[in-house]
Amino acid sequence: MTTETAAKVMVKEMSWDPITRIVGSLGIHTEIDFSNRRVNKCYSTSMIFRGFDIFMRGIDPRDAHFITSRICGICGDNHCTCSCLNQNMAYGVKPPPLGDLAFNLAETADYIFDHAIFNDCMANVDFCEQMVKETNPSLLAKAEQTAAPGRDIHGYKTIADIMRALNPFTGEFYLETLHVARFTREMYCLFGGRHTHPSTIMPGGCSADITHQTCTDYYVRLMRYFDYVKRSVPLHDDLYDFFLQELPGYDMVGYRETNLVNWGSFDDPDYVDYDYRHMTDWGRKRYVTPGIAIGGELVTTDLVEINLAIRILLGSSYFDDWTGEPTFVTHDPLGNPVDKRHPWNKVTLPRPQKRDFADKYTWVVSPRIYDKRTDKHVCCDTGGGPFARQWCTAKAGLVDFGYAKATGNSIQMVLPRSPNLPEMELEWKVPEKSNAVERDRARSYHQAYSALVALHCLERALKEVQAGRTKSWSSFKVPENAISCGFHEAARGVLSHHMVIRDGKIANYQPYPPTPWNASPRDVYGTPGPYEDAVQNTPIFEENGPEKFKGIDIMRAVRSFDPCLPCGVHMYTGGKVLKVMHTPTALA
Amino acid sequence: MATAAESPYAAKKKTEAVTAHILWMTTGLSCEGDSVAMTSATNPSLEDIVLQAIPGMPKVVVHNQVIDYAVGQDYAQAWFDAERGQLDPFVLVIEGSVGNEEINGEGYWTGFAVNPDNGQPITLNEWIDRLAPKAAAVVAVGTCATYGGIPAMKNNPTGAMGVPDYLGWSWRSRAGLPIICIPGCPAQPDNTTEVLLYLALHLAGLAPAPELDEALRPKWLFGRTVREGCNRAGFAEQGEFATEYGADHRCLVKLGCKGPVVKCNVPIRGWVNGVGGCPNVGGICMACTMPGFPDKFMPFMDEDKWGAVAAEVMRFSYGPIVRFFRRKHIAEDRDKEPEWRRRGRTLMSGYARRW
Repeated sequence: MTTETAAKVMVKEMSWDPITRIVGSLGIHTEIDFSNRRVNKCYSTSMIFRGFDIFMRGIDPRDAHFITSRICGICGDNHCTCSCLNQNMAYGVKPPPLGDLAFNLAETADYIFDHAIFNDCMANVDFCEQMVKETNPSLLAKAEQTAAPGRDIHGYKTIADIMRALNPFTGEFYLETLHVARFTREMYCLFGGRHTHPSTIMPGGCSADITHQTCTDYYVRLMRYFDYVKRSVPLHDDLYDFFLQELPGYDMVGYRETNLVNWGSFDDPDYVDYDYRHMTDWGRKRYVTPGIAIGGELVTTDLVEINLAIRILLGSSYFDDWTGEPTFVTHDPLGNPVDKRHPWNKVTLPRPQKRDFADKYTWVVSPRIYDKRTDKHVCCDTGGGPFARQWCTAKAGLVDFGYAKATGNSIQMVLPRSPNLPEMELEWKVPEKSNAVERDRARSYHQAYSALVALHCLERALKEVQAGRTKSWSSFKVPENAISCGFHEAARGVLSHHMVIRDGKIANYQPYPPTPWNASPRDVYGTPGPYEDAVQNTPIFEENGPEKFKGIDIMRAVRSFDPCLPCGVHMYTGGKVLKVMHTPTALA
Repeated sequence: MATAAESPYAAKKKTEAVTAHILWMTTGLSCEGDSVAMTSATNPSLEDIVLQAIPGMPKVVVHNQVIDYAVGQDYAQAWFDAERGQLDPFVLVIEGSVGNEEINGEGYWTGFAVNPDNGQPITLNEWIDRLAPKAAAVVAVGTCATYGGIPAMKNNPTGAMGVPDYLGWSWRSRAGLPIICIPGCPAQPDNTTEVLLYLALHLAGLAPAPELDEALRPKWLFGRTVREGCNRAGFAEQGEFATEYGADHRCLVKLGCKGPVVKCNVPIRGWVNGVGGCPNVGGICMACTMPGFPDKFMPFMDEDKWGAVAAEVMRFSYGPIVRFFRRKHIAEDRDKEPEWRRRGRTLMSGYARRW
C-alpha cells in the first residue's frame, strides 16, 4: 500500500509575446506545471506576413537577390548571397575566383558579426548578473565564489564577474561586443558594400572594386578580431560549464533529439561550378560541410539528396494547400522525381484568420525532412546555425584547410598570433546532447571557425590581387526557361532558395530561411516544431514561483536557436490558472 | 577663470533631468533591418543616446524589442502606459510598412502584443491609432515605413503602405511636427540615430524643428542626389562608363545605377563608420530611399532610360574633350615636378640667397 500525500499541482498558462532580443515577431505560449517544474505544452507563433513569394512572380529573375535580401534585416545578406548562388545555377555562370572568395569574405564577416552580437548582446543577457539575480539568486551567490578557469586569458576572476560583464549597456564585455559588431560589419561592407542589404553581391560575382586596399582594410580588422575571439571562447566555456555543473540536469534545458539540418557554406572556387549535376561533389568541398542528422546519426552530406528530401507541410499555418495547383517541376536536372510538397512546386496561398491554438495559429509553415528509410517526415532544427554546421562538419571529417581540421568527432582549430595575444589552439568536440547551452557554446566556437575560413580565403584573395587577377564578376544571359536552387547558411541556419523561370520571368520563387524550420508549428501529422519541442522538454530551474515567474529557462531554450522572425514573445504574469488538482506525491 | 556655475553647460543641466521615451515599433511589415543597422551606428552610437553623450540631451529610454532586456508583457507594458498618457513625452518610431487590415476579415497581417480582451494580436494599425495622437513626434524609419517599400510592391497581397499614406501626408503631431521620414532600405544607421538625437534635443528646446522636404525627409540629409555625392561622378563628367561590374571603377550608370535621380547621402556618409556604401564601392544604386522604390526602378540591373540618354550625351559631346585635355594636362604638366627640385651647388627655387 502506498502512502498518499495530497499535494497541489498547479498548471498555469503563460505566454511571452513578443519575445525580445531576437529579430522578428515571435510569441511563445505555454502551459506550465509548476508543481513538477516542467512545461506541458508549448505553441510558437509568428505575427507577420508579407508575401514575398507572391509579389516576386512575374519579375525579372535578376531582381531576385535585391528583393529577397529584404526578407530579413539580419540575414539579408545571407538571402542575397543565396539568391546569387541560385541565379548562378539558373544562368550557368561561374564567377572568377576572386568573386567566389569575395562572397566568402563577406559572409564569414557576417557570421562573425552576427554570432557576436546575438550571443553577447541578446542571448547572453539571459545569463547576465542582473538576470541571474532576479531568477536564481542562490546561483549568483555561488558564482561570486567560483573562480573562472580561463581568468588568465579573458581577465574575469569569477563567474559572477563574467555575468557582470554581460549586463546590458554597463557590462564591459557587452559594450566591447557592440564595438566588435561594428568593425566586423565594416569588414562585411568592404566586400558587400552595405550590411544588411548588400549593394555589391550579384549573380555572376561581386561588383565591389577589390584592390590591395580592400584586402588590407579587411586583414587589419580580422587580426584585431582574433584578439577578441581568443578571449570570447574561454569566457563562454567558463560560463556555460558553470551552469551545467551547478544545476544538474541543465543539459535538458532546450533539449531535443539530435535531428539537424545544415546546407553548408563557403564554396571553394577551385571546385564549385554551380551546376546542379555536380552539386554533390562541390557541395562536399564547402568549408562548412552540408548534412542532415537524424537521431544523432549523420545520414547524408549530399546536397542533391538533401534537396530532394525537403518537404513543406501545413497543419497549423494560415495557408491553403496547393495540391490543386499546377506542378512546376516533376524531375530535377538529374532525372530524379520531385515531390509535390517540394519548394519547387510550392504555391503560396494565404488565408488570414483568427489565432486559434487548437487549429491555425501562425504565419509560419512546417518544413520537414522526408526520411525515405522510415517513410517519416522528420522535424529537424538548425541548432541555431553553428551547432548543426559544426556537428555535420566534424562528423563528416572532410574539411582540412590548415587552420582547421574536421576529425570525425571534433573540429581542431589553430588561431594565429594576433596583436595582443599569442597563437592558440581550440578544439570543439561534438557534444552528446543537442540543448540550449551547447547551441550557445557552438555559436562562440563558430566565430573562431568563421574567422579562420576568412583568413584562409583572404590569403587566397590576396594571391589573386597580387597576381593582377582583379576581375570578380562574369557576364551571363538569363535563359527563357530554367529551374535552379541555391543552398547556403544564414548565420542562424539553413537557407535555400528555389526558382522556376518561364519566358524569362520568375514563375515561382520559394525562399526557405532557418525560421520556418525552427519556429514551425505542429504539422499536419501533429509533430510539434523545434521551439515547441525544445520548450516542452525544458525543466524549470528558476527559483521564482508562478507570481514572479520570468520563464528564464524557456527564454534560454528559445533564444539558443537564435530566432529570427522580426518579432518577440509576450508574457502574462497574471495568466489564467487552468487546473488545481490533487495528486499523490508517490506518483509524481 | 571659468566656473562650473557660469559655463554654458550649467543651463543645459536642466534639460538633462527630463526623461523622453522612444517607443520603437519594429512590427510593421518589415525585416527589422533598420533596428539591426541602427546597432552599427557610430555618430551617434546607440550607447551615446542611452548614456546621454551630448550635453543637454534628455535622458532617453529606448524601447526596441531587438535589444530590450524585458520580455513579453513586461516589455509591452510601455506601450499600454503610453496609451494611458503615463509616458510623456514619447516619440513613436515606426519600422515597416502598414498593412491594410481592412481586407483580411478576422485575420491580421502583423501585430504586436496581445489584446487582453480577446487573446488576439493587436495590429500595428491599431497601435498607430492609439498612440499617434499622444506622441510628441512620429518617425517613420526605413523605406517600408516611409513610403511602403518592398512589401508594397505591385501584386502584394497585404495592401501595404507607408505611415504618411496611412495617417495622411499633412498629419501633425500634438507638438505640431509632421511625420519625419528617414528612408533607406535599411535606413543608413547614422541617419537614424542622428535624427533621434536631433529630436531629443528639439524636445528639450535646444534645437528648432527639423527642416523637412516635400517627401518629409530631413533636408540636411537628403538634399543631394547620389550622383552629387558620388566619388565616381568625375568619370560620368568625362563620359566614362563601366562596362562590367567589379574591376571596372568607372561610372555605373550604364550597368543600372540609379544614382543621378536618387536623393541619398550614402556615398558621402558611407555605411558603417564611413566604410562601405553603394556606387562608391562598386554597387549600383538601386534607389532604395525613394518613394517610387522598388517598382519604378526595376529591373535594377538595366540602365534607366533617361540615365542612358544623359550618359550618351556625356559620352559623345564634351565628355571626351574634357577627358582628353585633362589627361594631356596631367601627363605633360601636372604630373611633373617643378624643375628647381634637384641636387647641385646652385639654389634654383627663386629665393635670392642672403648668406
